[in-house]
Amino acid sequence: MEVQKFQYDNRIVRDFAFASVIFAVVGMLVGVIIASQLFSPAINANLQYITYGRIRPLHTNAIIFAFVGNAIFMGVYYSLQRLCKARMFSDVLSRIHFWGWQLIIVSAAVSLPLGITTSKEYAELEWPIDIGITLIWVVFAINFFGTVIKRRERHMYVAIWFYIATIVTVAVLHIVNSLEVPVSFLKSYSMYAGVQDALVQWWYGHNAVAFFLTTPYLGLMYYYLPKAANRPVYSYRLSIVHFWSLIFIYIWAGPHHLLYTALPDWAQSLGTAFSIMLIAPSWGGMINGLLTLRGAWDKVREEPVLKFMVVGVTAYGMATFEGPMLSLKNVNALAHYTDWIVSHVHIGALGWNGFMTFGILYWLIPKLYKTDLYSKKLASFHFWIGTLGIVFYASSMYVAGIVQSLMWKEFNPMGVLQYPNFLETTLQIIPLHMIRAVGGSLYLTGALVMVYNLVKTVKQGSFVANEVAEAPALIKDDNHVSETKHRWLEKKPLQFALLATVAVLIGGMVEMIPTFLVKSNIPTIASVKPYTPLELQGRDLYIREGCNNCHSQMVRPFRSETERYGEYSKAGEYVYDHPFLWGSRRTGPDLHRVGGKFPNLWHYLHMDNPRTMSPGSIMPSYPWLLTQDLDTSSTAAKIQAMQTLGVPYPKGYELIANDILRQQADSISLDLQRNKVPAEPNKEIIALIAYLQRLGMDIKTAGK
Amino acid sequence: MLSKYLSSIEGISAYPIFSLFIFIPFFLAVTIWVFKLDKKYLNYMGEMPLNDSTESVEDRN
Repeated sequence: MEVQKFQYDNRIVRDFAFASVIFAVVGMLVGVIIASQLFSPAINANLQYITYGRIRPLHTNAIIFAFVGNAIFMGVYYSLQRLCKARMFSDVLSRIHFWGWQLIIVSAAVSLPLGITTSKEYAELEWPIDIGITLIWVVFAINFFGTVIKRRERHMYVAIWFYIATIVTVAVLHIVNSLEVPVSFLKSYSMYAGVQDALVQWWYGHNAVAFFLTTPYLGLMYYYLPKAANRPVYSYRLSIVHFWSLIFIYIWAGPHHLLYTALPDWAQSLGTAFSIMLIAPSWGGMINGLLTLRGAWDKVREEPVLKFMVVGVTAYGMATFEGPMLSLKNVNALAHYTDWIVSHVHIGALGWNGFMTFGILYWLIPKLYKTDLYSKKLASFHFWIGTLGIVFYASSMYVAGIVQSLMWKEFNPMGVLQYPNFLETTLQIIPLHMIRAVGGSLYLTGALVMVYNLVKTVKQGSFVANEVAEAPALIKDDNHVSETKHRWLEKKPLQFALLATVAVLIGGMVEMIPTFLVKSNIPTIASVKPYTPLELQGRDLYIREGCNNCHSQMVRPFRSETERYGEYSKAGEYVYDHPFLWGSRRTGPDLHRVGGKFPNLWHYLHMDNPRTMSPGSIMPSYPWLLTQDLDTSSTAAKIQAMQTLGVPYPKGYELIANDILRQQADSISLDLQRNKVPAEPNKEIIALIAYLQRLGMDIKTAGK
Repeated sequence: MLSKYLSSIEGISAYPIFSLFIFIPFFLAVTIWVFKLDKKYLNYMGEMPLNDSTESVEDRN
């Protein structure tokens, strides 16, 4: 058999590793800043670019796509080459992938603070960046499959399957959720509206967690955990079941939760039984990881790499148990819109993604630099301070979530809300938010210690950019007699990818067809009319400032909510909402019925400084809205884009839109001037007030 | 609210039932098949991350 010599590309692995470390620090730092803004809103120093609403998406995007994203590519590029016994398909594509991804991150870091956002969570980036992401993802896919095809190893290890599922599914999710109509170079409207937009967005959100934060990391776990422990994975059988059930569960079982009520009884019972059964494979993955360490637990005591991985895998188990629990109706009624959800995602992000990444970095960087880790002691310190950070973070947020939710729901014996003022519930949990910020700071401190440790390690080692290896060439036509189907399949990466895609697509369709049908099934409400041009502009300011990061626009049909906010929300009210703005966390009160509740003057003063109207409020001040001129040059284009999307503005409306806008602005400004406030009609605040006063008014007028 | 509107779609229950009926047999088939896999193959696969042929080879550069 001919033995071939070749070289592994370590440079690309190192570059992604450094990028991941840098963005970890940046993303966590922004996290600590926004956490602090929630009890001390003055931190932004009245600078519009760093208000909570604008940089909360910066935090989530930096962690998900910059820190975790770069870590995925680092882990994949190292393990793929070794598992395939081949260099990456193309060095040029590797470079393009690296620099393209960093360019996307930089453009996100610039555009989000500027308020350029689509408002859809974890998909906030505007359309030109979306296209960039698509192109870079294709480059990654070509480079990946090219390597798999030219491999020198007959079989594909299970980690590669997880990578393949990631590549194909993320592509599908990103494209479907990013369909939008451009208005200008940096502004677009979602193709979907209201309920449908929400369904698509959370189909994306749910599966992005699965296929960006989970499947690639499971692949990494199946490679790096055995590596670090120096023993094979506990059960390869279990890993196969784990893989196939996981890619089915997330995409297929997802719709069950939504559609359960529509099922006949027998199917509901079957489905429920099955859902419980399905916790088994994902826990199977955790157990598989932990049992890999059987007989090696003494190593865990000494080896920080393994410590990180053990806690990481355990956090995966906790989060995947909690997820299905949160989907239960009665648990969800309590947890939705609260800090409980924030805690849940941080168990995943800090525990699973964070600790797995740290473990891999501590193992990988010394390998790349042919040296030992500079200090195991510092790494152990990082482990303990990080764990402590997670404990502080999670426990305070669980308590905050439950406390606030119970306060929202509490009635006194007279049958009225015990805490009718929303602010009371906010102030109650402020100490817990402070503890959360402490937890986050501890975690960040640990990461900084890691940076020091890794820099020292790099300095004492010498980097091997091209690592020499050898392996026998793969002989194409040898006669294997007893070939099972699956072995045939996993020898053919493209067929495998195709099958995984089919699984994902059928599952996706089962969920998406009802989503598309829902549009024609939403009862229209005759009094619901498209937004006026001024309101539309105001709505875009609402999006620019990221108000939806703290305020929901969805009153649920609970007595505690209708009592507090008014009539519960109807699907028909959102038919012209491109995009939907339901929000996911009620840091402030729901706004869907805020229209007409307060006079224009209240809004004007409240936006200038919320504390003048609500002492103790943690909302940032928005003084710039009072001084900045509203850009009306975009009105016509916006109306036209809405017409393209089927919003029934009369023909030629875009030509008179600005006249109508000015009329409405004049009347609001006149009302304010009557109240001795020098509000000019061309300021941004006027448009925002117009939008806020419109919210929920359509069905109120219908009742009259 | 979502489920209310979704459940008003005619024949909607076909979709979840369809996915349930595809997934259950698939899941069972994978489980059965996995248990029938041959031990030698499983060992080989499990060892794969540990045999990446770099440690034993001298490094240039």
